[in-house]
This record gives sequence, C-alpha cells and structure tokens, in this order.
Amino acid sequence: MIEVRDLTKSYGNFVAVKGISFKAESGQILGFLGPNGAGKTTTMRIITGFMPATSGTVIIDGLDIFANSLEARRLIGYLPETPPLYSDMRVDAYLRFVARLRGVRRNEVADAVAHVLEVCGLTEMAHRICGQLSKGYRQRVGLAQALIHNPPVMILDEPTIGLDPRQIHEIRELIRSFAGDRTIVLSTHILPEVSQICDRVVIINDGRIALEEQLSDIPAGTTLEEVFLAAIAREDHAADTAPEEMLEEVGAGHSEA
Amino acid sequence: MRNTLTIAAKELQGYFVQPVAYVVLTVFLLLGGWFFFAMLRQFDEMIQIIQMMGQASELQQMNLNARVIDPLLHDLSIVLVIVMPALTMRVFAEEKRTGTYELLLTAPIRTGEVVAGKFIAAATFTLIMVAAAWIFPVILMIFGNPEVGVMFAGYLALALLALTFVAVGLFTSSLTQNQIIAAISSFGLLILLYVISWPAEAGGGTIWSILGYLSLPEHFSTMVRGVIDTKDIVFFLSAILLALFLTQRSVESARWR
Repeated sequence: MIEVRDLTKSYGNFVAVKGISFKAESGQILGFLGPNGAGKTTTMRIITGFMPATSGTVIIDGLDIFANSLEARRLIGYLPETPPLYSDMRVDAYLRFVARLRGVRRNEVADAVAHVLEVCGLTEMAHRICGQLSKGYRQRVGLAQALIHNPPVMILDEPTIGLDPRQIHEIRELIRSFAGDRTIVLSTHILPEVSQICDRVVIINDGRIALEEQLSDIPAGTTLEEVFLAAIAREDHAADTAPEEMLEEVGAGHSEA
Repeated sequence: MRNTLTIAAKELQGYFVQPVAYVVLTVFLLLGGWFFFAMLRQFDEMIQIIQMMGQASELQQMNLNARVIDPLLHDLSIVLVIVMPALTMRVFAEEKRTGTYELLLTAPIRTGEVVAGKFIAAATFTLIMVAAAWIFPVILMIFGNPEVGVMFAGYLALALLALTFVAVGLFTSSLTQNQIIAAISSFGLLILLYVISWPAEAGGGTIWSILGYLSLPEHFSTMVRGVIDTKDIVFFLSAILLALFLTQRSVESARWR
C-alpha cells in the first residue's frame, strides 16, 4: 500500500534522511520509531507530498507521490506534528472546510462531519472555536480532519505527544479503531505505544533504517526498549563514532553504580 | 474552480472575524473622511474669496471633480499603500507559522487554486472597502453637481490600484512565515512602484520611459481625470496577473526545493 523507495533528503549540506526504504501493507499499523531528530517528520512530510525528496520516491497504492501527486494525495489523511487548525474557526466549520478541500461531495459533507465528530468524541465541541480547545481536543480535531474523507492511508506524526496519560489512552484507542482495512503509519518515540497498537515497527536512527520487523517476530521476553536500544547502538557502531570510547563510557557508568 | 471557491469562502469569512480587517477598513474610511472634509473646506473658502472679488468667470471654472474628488482619490491611494500590506501580510505567512500550510499543500488541490482562492477573498474585501468610500461622491451628489462619469472612472482606478496592492501583498506574504517581514517588503515594493519614475522625469532614453511606464501614479492619474484608456487598464491587469503568477511559483517552489 505504501512503499518508500530509497528516500534521501538533504537540506543544504545536512542529510536528514539517508536512503531509507520500507513497506506498509494494507490494513497494517506501522510504528515509525526513532530518537528526536532521526528524520521521522521529514520522511512523513515526503510521504504526504508536502515536500519533495532529494532522491528516491514514495508509491501510494501504485501512485507515485511526485508524478501522480494529486491522485496520490487524495488517498492520504495526514495529521502533522502540530494539528493544522485555524484558530478562529469553529470545529464544525473547520471540518466542513477540510472535507471540501479533500474532495468530499457537497451533499456528503454534513454526514462526513457528523461521523468524524462522533468517532473522535467531539460532538459536544462542534460549536467551539478551535483556538480555545485544550491540547487533547486539538489533537482529536487533528485526527478528525485526517479521517474526514475516509482515506485508505493515514499518516500520523506523533499523535499522542504532549497529552496526559488518560488522553494518550483515548487517542490510542481511537487510532486502533481507525485500523480495519486502512494502512496507518504513525511516528512516535514512546515505545510502549508501538507494542500496544502497531503490527510492524520501523526504527530509524540518524536518517537510516536501524530495524524493520513484525512485532510478532520479536522474541518473547525481549522488550521493545531492548530491541530499540540494541538497534540504535548497532547503527551508531556501524557509523563508526569511536565505539571503544562508547564502551568505556558504559563501563564507567556501571562501575560507579 | 470548486476548490478555489472553497478556499475563497473560508478566507473571506476569516476577514470578518479578524480585527485586522476592521482596523484597516476603519482607518481607510476615517482618514478618507478627514481628507474629504479638508478638501470641501478649502473648496468652500475659495468660492467665498472668488465671490467677494466678484469674478463670475472664475466661479464657472470651480469644479468639484477637479478640486475635491481628484485630490481625495490621490490621498486615498496613499492610505491604501499604507494599509493594504497589513491586510495581506497574514495570508500565507500565518499559515506557514501555524502549520496549516501543511494541510493546504497536502490536500489534493493545485497551488494555483490556493492562490486564486486567497486572491478572490482579499479582493472581495478590498472592493467592499473601496465601495464604502463611494459615500464621499454620494455626499457631493446630494449637495452639489459633480460629474458622475469622472468620479466613476476615478473609483475604478482606485479599485484597480487596490487590487494590484493585494496581489503584491500576497506575493510578499508567500515568501516568508513572518508577517512583519511580509508587510514591510510589500510596503517597500508599493512605495517603489510609486516613485519609480522620479529619475525619469528629467527625460531621457528608452530605459527611462520604461520606468515611467511602470509608475503606478502615471496610470492612476490619467483615469482619475476621467480618461479610461485601455492602456492603463491593461497595465493594472497585467501587474495583478504577474504578481499572482509569482505568488503561485513561490508557493509551488515548496514542491521542488
């Protein structure tokens, strides 16, 4: 459904994404994991067609995001890092606007809006001004706008960041409920989140893929945290930054403790 | 077209819920009223002086159009140079800053439709503003006997000038995410287009006559005197189209940088 092929992105001399490839199959929830600054947001912005890749490409359901941009973009629902809300619009008016932008037919707009309000638990908030919503509700409106045209592909950039534990739980439940036959890519750096909602995990570090695995293939008794740290350590090791020194530091830490 | 109207409708509603637009409208009309009052006072005083001197022939030459409307329109055009950048500065800059730009650029719509929609909305608000300033000719028509045709040509010139300012303002707003930078650069460009012919006034070759052609007041003054020349209308329309084209390129550039 989503195929990322050899994606590279450089900003001037800085290479943010260094030739990554991965696939997400239909109906899968793919967790896109990595430390801050690993290139997650950049990759997602390229997948959604917001910015071009320096080289490589992304294929959404057979459509190239650059060559067939309009058609490919039609298939995607996208929640950027900050929910893209117009602070002076009412929630329902905002969702109607996004529905029209995303190509929902005029006579289906009202139903689509009512549906996502219901699904995202926003019915009570429909007449509120977006700018006055709490962070949790802003995130919900962000999810609602990503879902409004019932897209086969959803790209969610850190959907639970900055929320309190109860809200995180609710948003996770929501995302799980979206799944079905949808393909969802969600980025996060919260490890338990991945084991709770995802089928598959891609770990990136410093612009490279460190690990790509089905969650079911991770051996029992190993936590995702161990897998993550091991994968990232391997990557750093491979990238050669004085491994002995690193080991020494680790050793020193242990002896003190 | 449908997408253009969706964006235009949303943007236009935006103008009516934001204080900036009302401030611009108020400042424009208040200053206009003050200038109008000043011109009328001067006109009145001159008539009294001429009457005291008993020169009937000069009294015949006193003309409301030339003595009141003509200078009023020139003053209003200067007010527009100052207030229009404030009206247009947020159009793209704010979307970039708040992140809603990602929503617009990942939606299945063309950048040309985005630019056209935003221009239509800003242009509609601007035309409402210029139409509101028609109050001054109406007052003259009630208490005096001005030439309506000449006033109509003058207001057409003011409207075309204002729409040119809108297009230039959209362009500078598309270049930055900082509204102040957008406003100052659009202000600078407009002033430049106002004074661009100053070195040409000394006379000279082709380059100087081109500068003369680019000068806004050149075309504006002809129309304000009541001469609707295709040449001037073509000038304004091509300036608007050029600025909108550059805006579209600037928005589109996000896709190839």
